[in-house]
Amino acid sequence: MRTLGVAAVAVLAGLATFAHSSEAKAAGELTLCWAAWDPANALVELSKDFEKQTGTTMKFEFTPWPNFTDRILNELNSGGKLCDLLIGDSQWLGGSAENGYYVKLNDFFAKEGISMDDFAPATVYAYSTWPKGTPNYWALPAMGDANAWVYRKDWFAKPEIQAAFKEKTGRDLAPPKTWDELKEVAEFFQGREIDGNTVYGAAIFTERASEGITMGATSALYSYGFKYENTPGKYDMEGAVNSPDAIAGLEKYKEIYKCCTPPGYTDSYMGEGLDAFKSGQVAMMMNWFAFWPGLYKDENVGGDKIGFFVNPGQKVNASTLGGQGISVVANTDNMEGALAYIKWFAQADVQKKWWSLGGYACHNAVLNDPAFKDSQPFAADFLTAMGGVQDFWQEPAYASLLQAMQKRLHDYVVADQGTAKEALDKLIEDWTEVFEDEGKL
Amino acid sequence: MSDSTPIQRLADQAAAKTPPRVVKRIRGLSDRAIAWAFITPTILLLLAINIFPLIWTIQLSFTNYRANRPNAEVENVGIQNYERILTDSDIWFAMQATAHFVFWTIALQTLIGFSLAYLIDRKFRGHAFWTTIILIPMMLSPAVVGNFWRFLYQPQIGLFNYIVSFFTGLPPSSFEMLGTVNLAPWSIIIVDTWMWTPYVMLICLAGLRSIPDYIYEAAEVDRASKWRQFWTITIPMAAPFIMLAVLFRGIENFKMFDMVNLLTGGGPGSTTEVASITLKREAFEKWRTGYSSAFAIILFVAVFGLANIYVKALNKVKNR
Repeated sequence: MRTLGVAAVAVLAGLATFAHSSEAKAAGELTLCWAAWDPANALVELSKDFEKQTGTTMKFEFTPWPNFTDRILNELNSGGKLCDLLIGDSQWLGGSAENGYYVKLNDFFAKEGISMDDFAPATVYAYSTWPKGTPNYWALPAMGDANAWVYRKDWFAKPEIQAAFKEKTGRDLAPPKTWDELKEVAEFFQGREIDGNTVYGAAIFTERASEGITMGATSALYSYGFKYENTPGKYDMEGAVNSPDAIAGLEKYKEIYKCCTPPGYTDSYMGEGLDAFKSGQVAMMMNWFAFWPGLYKDENVGGDKIGFFVNPGQKVNASTLGGQGISVVANTDNMEGALAYIKWFAQADVQKKWWSLGGYACHNAVLNDPAFKDSQPFAADFLTAMGGVQDFWQEPAYASLLQAMQKRLHDYVVADQGTAKEALDKLIEDWTEVFEDEGKL
Repeated sequence: MSDSTPIQRLADQAAAKTPPRVVKRIRGLSDRAIAWAFITPTILLLLAINIFPLIWTIQLSFTNYRANRPNAEVENVGIQNYERILTDSDIWFAMQATAHFVFWTIALQTLIGFSLAYLIDRKFRGHAFWTTIILIPMMLSPAVVGNFWRFLYQPQIGLFNYIVSFFTGLPPSSFEMLGTVNLAPWSIIIVDTWMWTPYVMLICLAGLRSIPDYIYEAAEVDRASKWRQFWTITIPMAAPFIMLAVLFRGIENFKMFDMVNLLTGGGPGSTTEVASITLKREAFEKWRTGYSSAFAIILFVAVFGLANIYVKALNKVKNR
């Protein structure tokens, strides 16, 4: 009996040790969490230098975009220890800062001499600060990004296509500079036979579940002059969210969805857009700058066949902000290592290498380099876009705000219910309810 | 001893090594106490994984708790969450979408399932083979089914559109099953019917096989027609089984999530946003834990209440 008791204790002790060791990470190990996409692969490559210099073992946890928000926010909310470092969406800043999920980096930056003045102001504002615009930093700008467009340069260059377009519209075929032009070009290509295949006008974002249609439609809305509030910080949305300009922008987005997208394009985001473009189905595609290095290298549609343009303006030049900052997760067991990574990543040389590998550095040493604009065919567009980026609410309640917009936009654009004004009016009702719950109204 | 099995030998060894005072204590236990000793772990487990979460959910439903705000103060809001749910037009729309889905899937599955069971019950040559073939869809994972039907419904490459095109002459790309408001609810109903009709068939088949042959023989003697036998013997005697199948499918489809989520995600717009999708969005996307707890309780009460009424009706039919 005694032997049995000793054995039971031993087994329990063994199990406890195993459980502990499986949860705790090795001292010299860091796990970085991000979305699974092209730039993440570049970061793995870049981080090898950090491993060599510090002897730290880098682990990476990359989640596909459709599940990224759910997965990581669940991880943070449950106090998990999966991530030491997190490259999280800009909209998460408010909630993560207020709930204590991220480490405030001001003291660390001051101690290590890391200056936010070394980074592009738009990226610092969007990716690092909470409350917005205040000198309270919760992340280091890591990956600049904005919504932009690619087009089939080889199709645009075909003499017969150019002639047909000139005949139809009376102007030369060129990458569109306004949303009106965008629709005109997309309509022209819709259903056209090119190289024996039927092609379509444009791939735009229509995804319902996560953030797709909001990121797509705001690209039109911002260009038409959409604002979230009449007075920043006052949450006075009536007349801003549903302004005549905003209504016109939303109507234009729906027109393009109706006239010029491939069949079955009712729930599509980044992946579906890339598939459509790479398979030669569409003349133009909306997507994030992050994908341009990979697309430019693509054997079938890259190189001379691809062209890039910034999000068209209409009343103003504006682009929907993407991109992320890198934060230290407050729950980490390796705070020292995580901060060391941030310090290393903030160096100008590392940022230059980051850009060369396919990451969109936000450091002025990269962006202000005279050679930057010519370093990639889309580099100049990136600078232009980052000069006019606008972001979704970064409030702690951003998830509720985003879901409301997803619903109202999808109901109007894809499900064809109601008018643009009704959709935006209902959106104001939803957002008002959220802000009332938050005690901000 | 030499004839005993290894398990018996182990039991004998364990008994031999059990200290006498323990043996005495066990001998002193009544049958009832031993029975309790056996079922207590199960009861504790049930309390931990079923009853405790239910009570906790009820408690949360009266608060403004948000799971993503661990540091925020939790306030008791009384029945405010319930009031908001019951007056929310989007929630009622989701309930309508659920009712439409549940009604049509049950109607089609019962009709087709019973018809198939009736055919299989004829015991024609190869009926066992065809039974197996028919049962295959229900053996698949809903995640797999959702994903491959997404491809089947794809307007440019999907087989479904090509088949419809073959019979109707419509161009395959001219209609979108998952992306059109009028077709999307039916596309889900078709998939659910395809997958779960075999299940209904199986239960109905059990019902048909349970009808004794002598009843039909007596009816034959009385020169009752096949039609009359069907309506006065087959249907009444198989009715409890059919009703059981309807109950199982009703409960299952009322909380349907995985297949709808994979096929349409509730879209286009909110056309196919059934109650479980709305609940998931409220709970794990908007993080309104108190509100979604109240919604979950309302759904639970609705299903539980309807199921109870139904079970009473089922018992009446059985006792007829």
